[in-house]
Amino acid sequence: MSTVRDPGSTVAAVYRLEGAQIIAGLTRTTHDVGLAEDSLQDAMVAAIEKWPAGGIPANPAAWLTLEAKHRAIDRIRRAVSLDEKLGAVAHDERQRARVDIDDGGHDFDLVIEHEGIADDVLRLLFALCHPSLPRESRVALTLRLVGGLTPREIAHAYLMPERTVAQRILRGRRRLAADGFDAAVPAAAERQERLGGVLEVVYLIFTEGHAATVGDDWVRPELCLEALRLARMLTELAPTDAEVHGLAALLELQTSRLPARVDAGGAPVRLADQDRGRWDQLLIARGFRALLRSRELSVAPGPYAIQAAIAAAHAHARTATDTDWASIAELYGLLAHVAPSPVVTLNRAVAVARADGPEAGLRVLDELADAPEL
Amino acid sequence: MLVPMRYLMTTNGGGPAPDEALFAEMGALIREMASAGVLLATGGLGQGFHVASQGGELSVTDGPYAEAKETIVSFALIEARSDEEALQLARRFWSVVGDGEGDVRPVFGSPE
Repeated sequence: MSTVRDPGSTVAAVYRLEGAQIIAGLTRTTHDVGLAEDSLQDAMVAAIEKWPAGGIPANPAAWLTLEAKHRAIDRIRRAVSLDEKLGAVAHDERQRARVDIDDGGHDFDLVIEHEGIADDVLRLLFALCHPSLPRESRVALTLRLVGGLTPREIAHAYLMPERTVAQRILRGRRRLAADGFDAAVPAAAERQERLGGVLEVVYLIFTEGHAATVGDDWVRPELCLEALRLARMLTELAPTDAEVHGLAALLELQTSRLPARVDAGGAPVRLADQDRGRWDQLLIARGFRALLRSRELSVAPGPYAIQAAIAAAHAHARTATDTDWASIAELYGLLAHVAPSPVVTLNRAVAVARADGPEAGLRVLDELADAPEL
Repeated sequence: MLVPMRYLMTTNGGGPAPDEALFAEMGALIREMASAGVLLATGGLGQGFHVASQGGELSVTDGPYAEAKETIVSFALIEARSDEEALQLARRFWSVVGDGEGDVRPVFGSPE
């Protein structure tokens, strides 16, 4: 037990740091993300009431998990008895949840084995990032349930009304409830592709922070850092996937430049003009390490690993003129091969022009002119 | 929405000597913190040198010694959005380590 400085903030801190694991554990037992979230909310309210008197428990996450489990049982029993009163056939998953809980088969009261948790959180992420959900619901659900942000915080970060965020979350929850949580978790054969969907959601969160599409601020570091945190979490949840480490490397390296990306007046600063002394060396080192890990895991780099390698080439250069444009041009060539897009070709043209002169760059642009999408 | 800050969590010497069980639990805790995406760097400190500069003279002595209560013996650089988050991480840490003391201090000039 320790004294409570501010029960509301303490409960919020536990939710932020361990909420994903608690919700993932509850979802494994109840097969219902919405029920898990609501039960944890109930438990947090109880904690704010009880902790000031009794002190913060030694393991607050375990306390919240146990409390949330009781709340979930109450909610399920109420729902089942309502089903019975209405003469309706109880929902299959609800029945299963009741059986699981009554069995006490999943005893996640106190200590849960780490590997099990990682798996639960990953399953939760697969479900929240299911392609059948609207994209904005995937983003909102991920930030809410895995990032541990409140709807108000998400609304603030995206400069939109809190109601809109709440609706996106609710729409996603309804969809997941209709399809069934277990159906949203991929079979082994689909896993790779669905992991790509999870990475995409994390990358979307990052890009919104990195080149904000709404509002006056050029960058919104809180979104970048949240995406970075999610990417780091994924490297622990799916440690053998090369692209997971590739994305983490890319985001570490991109984030390392944030302090130099905006001048004192809030205006954007181009890469070539940035004060490289302000690049965060710790994040650069972490980015390099993640990129190495990605390379150890796969000899055929994916789009995130290639973009990370490009970011690493910039990080290597002490000054803008030291930039190894030949390597960067080669990497863009590789990227154009695995993830072709006009933007990639344009970037390759710039890199080739820097490396081999403007005419060589223009020849790359000619390819672009021939491309049907322009 | 708050932007995370860095905190340096340190532990002082003088605690009970770590045994194998503690090492295993620490490994699990480090994985847990890494899984939450908040652990930036961590390490233990060996005996080095104490240096003191006075009037342009640098005096060097052996130490600091790990058994001293005033000496930092390990650190973790973490990312947290509030004092409460940093303290929650400290709470988890000390629930594994047991008796001892240390500090949790914000790092000035945290990047963003």
